[in-house]
Amino acid sequence: MNWKLTGDQPVYQQIMAAIRGAIVRGEFAPGQKFPSVRDLAAQAQVNPNTMQRALTELEREDLLVSGGTSGRSVTRDEAVLRAMREQTLRTLARECAEKFQVFGVAPAQAAQLLLEMEKEE
Amino acid sequence: MEERYTLKTTGLTKRYGDLGALEELTVSLPQGKIIGLLGPNGSGKTTFMKLAAGLLTPTSGGIEICGEPVGPKTKAMVSYLPDRPYFGRQTRVSEQLDFFGDFYDDFDRQRAEQMLTALGIRPEARFRELSKGNQEKAQLVLVMSRRAKLYLLDEPIGGVDPAARDYILNTIISNYDPQATVVISTHLIADVERVLDEFLFLYQGRVIRGGNADTVREETGKSLDELFREVFKCLPNC
Repeated sequence: MNWKLTGDQPVYQQIMAAIRGAIVRGEFAPGQKFPSVRDLAAQAQVNPNTMQRALTELEREDLLVSGGTSGRSVTRDEAVLRAMREQTLRTLARECAEKFQVFGVAPAQAAQLLLEMEKEE
Repeated sequence: MEERYTLKTTGLTKRYGDLGALEELTVSLPQGKIIGLLGPNGSGKTTFMKLAAGLLTPTSGGIEICGEPVGPKTKAMVSYLPDRPYFGRQTRVSEQLDFFGDFYDDFDRQRAEQMLTALGIRPEARFRELSKGNQEKAQLVLVMSRRAKLYLLDEPIGGVDPAARDYILNTIISNYDPQATVVISTHLIADVERVLDEFLFLYQGRVIRGGNADTVREETGKSLDELFREVFKCLPNC
């Protein structure tokens, strides 16, 4: 997992984004057991309370499932995973569009540039 | 659920002659949290730590740890890391382990030895033979190997390189106990802010801002480091 955390946004939200990304990219398989709060906190070098909060929020989004004493695992629910992937790609598209906007390039124009890129390759 | 507080002060004041170090400080530090005591030099951080550790007596006001006024009982619950080396330079690491074992019932010697081995610090070494970074790490290992209710870490990352800082912060996180409270004082905010639950900005002996770290980031869109620079920029003498 890629923990690049900065100080200017709530840390728990950055952790949530990193974990969502890792799941969407397939670094964790559906149903795979998730590491413990303590291990993840040590990996990310954050406070265990903050990691706990991020994981609890991801449970609320149904992306993680609590298995009681056996810890958490990634959901097997295909619909949830699909929706998460969709949402991640949409966020990416929005960020991309905003970057083009800075140069006065409208989304349609940006899309054209992306298509041309594909041809070049 | 009612929040439990490890440390409570009411109107805590400390003066050195005419000089006020802490003025009417009333704070409550919740159980299970890592709290940053942040402020410029001379803001009262070390005075606060020493009062909580029972090394100074307040001029007025009170301070309680787990419901007990500071005294022999609270000293058994508090693990204090001073802001400068305090082990004898001639002392061997193993002798210091013996001291801790004798002094503190809650000292977990095995744990301390494991961490020292991981750091490559030999028990037979004398403190004067260790580098500054290793001296600081060895002190922190000893302090964190107690099963205390309150850890008071005064500038734990002051004089060490960034890799050693990471090691020290990891030691604090991995020894974290949900029953205990950790207070870290520092002015190196960027380095510690990711591990903090809560923070207090101290200025001329008073708390001028405080709260939950993530809530403040959400509200201001700023890191604690940026907020600190902003808040203290406009204040004189710092």
